[in-house]
Amino acid sequence: MAPIARLLLLALLPTALTISSGSGDGYTINGRVKIPQGLGTKGFALPGKTSNVKVILNGGQIVTYLRPDGYFSFQNIPAGTHLIEVAAIGYFFSPVRVDVSARNPGKVQAALTENRRGLSELVLEPLRDEQYYEIREPFSIMSVVKSPMGLMVGFMLVVVFLMPKLVENMDPEEMRRAQEEMRNQGVPSLASLLPGGGRN
Amino acid sequence: MAIRSFFLFILFFSSSLSPVFSLYEDQVGLMDWHQQYIGKVKQAVFSSQRAGRKRVVVSTEENVIASLDLRHGEIFWRHLLGADDVIDGIDIGLGKYVITLSSGGSILRSWNLPDGQMVWESSLQGPKHSKSFLLVPTNLKFDKDNVLVVFSNGRLHAISCIDGEVLWKKDFEAESFEVQQVIQPPGSDLIYVVGFAASYQFEMYQINAKNGELLKHESASFSSGFSGEVSLVSTETVVALDSTGSILLTISFQDGKISSQQTPISNLVEESLGPAVIIPSSVSGIFAIKTDAVTVFIRVIGEGKLEVVEKTTHEIAVSDALSISEDQEAFALIQHASSEIHLTVKLAHDWDGNLLKESVKMDRQRGLVHKVFINNYIRTDRSYGFRVLIVMEDHSLLLLQQGEIVWSREDGLASIIDVTTSELPVERNGVSVAKVEHNLFEWLKGHMLKLKGTLMLASPEDMAAIQSMRLKSSEKSKMTRDHNGFRKLLIVLTRAGKLFALHTGDGRIVWSHLLRSLHKSEACQSPIGLNLYQWQVPHHHAMDENPSVLVVSRCGPSSDAPGVLSFVDTYTGKELSSLSLDHAVVQVIPLPYTDSTEQRLHLLINADKHAHLYPKTSEALSIFKREFLNIYWYSVEDQNGIIKGHALKCKCTGEVADEFCFDTRDLWSVVFPSESEKIVATVTRKLNEVVHTQAKVVADQDVMYKYISRNLLFVATVAPKGSGEIGSVTPEESWLVAYLIDTVTGRILHRVTHHGLQGPVHAVFSENWVVYHYFNLRAHRYEMSVIEIYDQSRADNKDVWKLVLGKHNLTSPISLFSRPEVITKSQSYFFTHSLKAIAVTSTAKGITSKQLLLGTIGDQVLALDKRFLDPRRTVNPTQAEKEEGIIPLTDSLPIIPQSYVTHALRVEGLRGIITVPAKLESTTLVFAHGVDLFFTQLAPSRTYDSLTEDFSYALLLITIVALVAAIFVTWRLSERKELQEKWR
Repeated sequence: MAPIARLLLLALLPTALTISSGSGDGYTINGRVKIPQGLGTKGFALPGKTSNVKVILNGGQIVTYLRPDGYFSFQNIPAGTHLIEVAAIGYFFSPVRVDVSARNPGKVQAALTENRRGLSELVLEPLRDEQYYEIREPFSIMSVVKSPMGLMVGFMLVVVFLMPKLVENMDPEEMRRAQEEMRNQGVPSLASLLPGGGRN
Repeated sequence: MAIRSFFLFILFFSSSLSPVFSLYEDQVGLMDWHQQYIGKVKQAVFSSQRAGRKRVVVSTEENVIASLDLRHGEIFWRHLLGADDVIDGIDIGLGKYVITLSSGGSILRSWNLPDGQMVWESSLQGPKHSKSFLLVPTNLKFDKDNVLVVFSNGRLHAISCIDGEVLWKKDFEAESFEVQQVIQPPGSDLIYVVGFAASYQFEMYQINAKNGELLKHESASFSSGFSGEVSLVSTETVVALDSTGSILLTISFQDGKISSQQTPISNLVEESLGPAVIIPSSVSGIFAIKTDAVTVFIRVIGEGKLEVVEKTTHEIAVSDALSISEDQEAFALIQHASSEIHLTVKLAHDWDGNLLKESVKMDRQRGLVHKVFINNYIRTDRSYGFRVLIVMEDHSLLLLQQGEIVWSREDGLASIIDVTTSELPVERNGVSVAKVEHNLFEWLKGHMLKLKGTLMLASPEDMAAIQSMRLKSSEKSKMTRDHNGFRKLLIVLTRAGKLFALHTGDGRIVWSHLLRSLHKSEACQSPIGLNLYQWQVPHHHAMDENPSVLVVSRCGPSSDAPGVLSFVDTYTGKELSSLSLDHAVVQVIPLPYTDSTEQRLHLLINADKHAHLYPKTSEALSIFKREFLNIYWYSVEDQNGIIKGHALKCKCTGEVADEFCFDTRDLWSVVFPSESEKIVATVTRKLNEVVHTQAKVVADQDVMYKYISRNLLFVATVAPKGSGEIGSVTPEESWLVAYLIDTVTGRILHRVTHHGLQGPVHAVFSENWVVYHYFNLRAHRYEMSVIEIYDQSRADNKDVWKLVLGKHNLTSPISLFSRPEVITKSQSYFFTHSLKAIAVTSTAKGITSKQLLLGTIGDQVLALDKRFLDPRRTVNPTQAEKEEGIIPLTDSLPIIPQSYVTHALRVEGLRGIITVPAKLESTTLVFAHGVDLFFTQLAPSRTYDSLTEDFSYALLLITIVALVAAIFVTWRLSERKELQEKWR
């Protein structure tokens, strides 16, 4: 049960410019995390529960959380190239490379590092949802039959019901000879197996 | 040999590409446990909501803000802020928002109280660094909007509580002004900012809370200067100490006029006390000063007159004031008495009358009370009841109510420094297995239920019964050693200096011990726990001895502070002995030798490079002397970029005749050029790692010999410019150099330079390979590389004729002084996530294939098969290589959600992953710690040597019964047939 990778169409929203030059010594990166409804609803991660989603800049330099509408921002960011990661249980997000340009502030330069797709604005969506558990296969006759015990029982049934059929189809001459031989050896009986209980 | 080949066969059989660690949802909690903690509480605010569940919001030293259930101490919600995002203050605004000020007062956030959703976040800048204050005035309104008052970075802000907008701001740019208090008297529209300027000037600013206008600015100078903090005794009076700590200054600024009074402490207290400090508290009219021995409570009466109300030599903790009615304030006071603590709740204006006086029995292992937070509730008879939240020395959090501990949380476990394991006692006679299994009928019933479960015939009630049966199987939490080695004790040392023993079966605390040697004392002012070592692991001889661990600690933060050793019995948690050393401990080297009582020999290196041998017995010394010339070690000076190799020289030549002290000599040194390389990571193999075989059979019946040496050191250096944050350098001026160094000879066996790479580097070393994780600036992705090192000198041993004729060199001695002929193979792959920790699975005999355990930035632990990091991977492997199990090369490593060891859980604030082999070869125990703890069992190649948890014994039994029945039936039938045959 590999999770199906779903590439989502980029939802174009008219809002949210990505980078704005802030006051003071740095820039501000604004963005939005969008977790589509319907994705992962059957899972354990509650849909729409964004309070535990973390947005991480440069491998832990700054950690922030999402506002109720999914927006986040990093303030006082120096110009340069940065990496944004989203940590959300139940979803797989690609890290995003964001270039903050000192020359023309406000210019958006963002790309998913997993598939090198450029983003026209910083709207981050999961590439796929993550299913952490194996799904139990529903009960089927085949799975029982395939199990070692099933095979043993099956073999036994074959011996019990098909062997007599085979014996019947045998040539009567041969049959008699075989029976003759068997009588000479004696019928293996449980009693004969017991110590001292042999009849012959 | 047959068993080995059988294992190999099984390994081959079970090596399929599907994720090996995978779990069904109903198996959660069977072999793993997860515990959530918050860390030492810094500040607590009680939610005053009348309706709904009672909660308390806390901020901690682990940068956690959490909302706890006041009734049971459970976590409603919790957020871990970034490592640099230290929380300065928390409060509750409008009864429904939790306001946090963090990062030195530059980030203000608001969280929804019921569910912990962040509501808004604003960034506060200012002209200079300063103390920060967060005030939430209840009655200060601004267009129907409540206002927050924040002083941070030398600027006063008024901020809307609803959306975090800054309403006005006012700078305090005066160069030397140091803010001490920000006061908002209730019922007025004024804000007072008081502080010191140039350390002898008292400054007071009166500000209009409506618009930030400066109304008044007064200052007065005190020639004696100030020291320490100030205590606010009323909304318009503060008390400070002069620079000598012997004169109290009572400064009042009523109506914007500064007036002051000086009172020498000696006037109040007869005997001389020495320099005192003010204990910050907010109780009106009363403050406390503390000297080395005594704590004095002083009341302010009228115009700066002071009066001593109580003097105590007990350890004491005071809470902040709690206003219980219009003009009454209460506060809590906790005093220690031998095994009890005395809690008193007093009214601020009436010291002698106690509202409440209770004694609570307190476990000595919790140490002193560090913090007290008070809250009140209305009893059914409309009188006031009080509950207090106390933070203890071991970082635990307790709620006291009506003379009892209602709940307690062991939050010391959120800050683990080091982990080791210990075996449990061997099962004694008399404890029979039958006790556990009840009786055969119960056992069979259980298995019938399980069978029903696997056949998907069980009803929901049955399913619930199965689940509870599995979870509470008493087998896994027994206090004795088990056959498979799954049950062990995890011994953890926390930052508070407390040692805990956790049971691997269910994670419960078996014992805990606050180390006496880590207690603050005259000789040792600020002890810090450093490391844990296995001191005594009895197995062959000395079976009657209990195992013990060695705790190495140090008095103070600098590395030349004297060390302290303590020895703790791991069965009982008793401190056997402790040693205060007269030398520092820079390095501890556990030697591979033990004495007759199975005590391991340890070599402690001090700051002057003398080596000290422990235990100090003559037997240990004689063992040590025998191996004197075989002991080598290395040291890393990462500031200077030097790695040095050392060996022992002779007895100490100093004035003290100590036969356990040895001089050392430097053998070699590797100096990295400081302008181009900076050491960021060094790793070696784990000391106790077991390697099953040196030979590796590759495709075409070829053999490669792994270069297995315990003395290999992996060192990674980066360009000094590239040691900062990601994106701070361009790919052209950044590089990473990886070295493999032999630590006995100092020979560099392998060196590789990667251009355009940057740290942080996380690396793990096992057998003959090293895997390291770093950032690739060109591709702007994380990467992982593997280096495998093979011994070429044995490569020609493949020839059978040579073996037959005895010309092989298999038995020739290996010496590190002869230049080894080695070849290395390496390969790199992309990896999606940042890492926090990396580890590798370890098993008892090293037969089972390995998995890498990656602690990702999302606080999850991912198991990745080592076969994905095999330098012999090619895009199109040949048929033979495929049979060997080589995976076709891809540019990035796969992340399979089912192979997350932590499944749907997070180990919040992950810091380390520890793997311990179980006795069962297929299984390894994994313990991940951070703010949370997580433990599980892992079988990297599936459990090929034991039946799985859900193996159905009932099905087996039924099959056997059916077969036996069938034998009888057929026998009867055949006999009857024979009889008929005879009659015929």
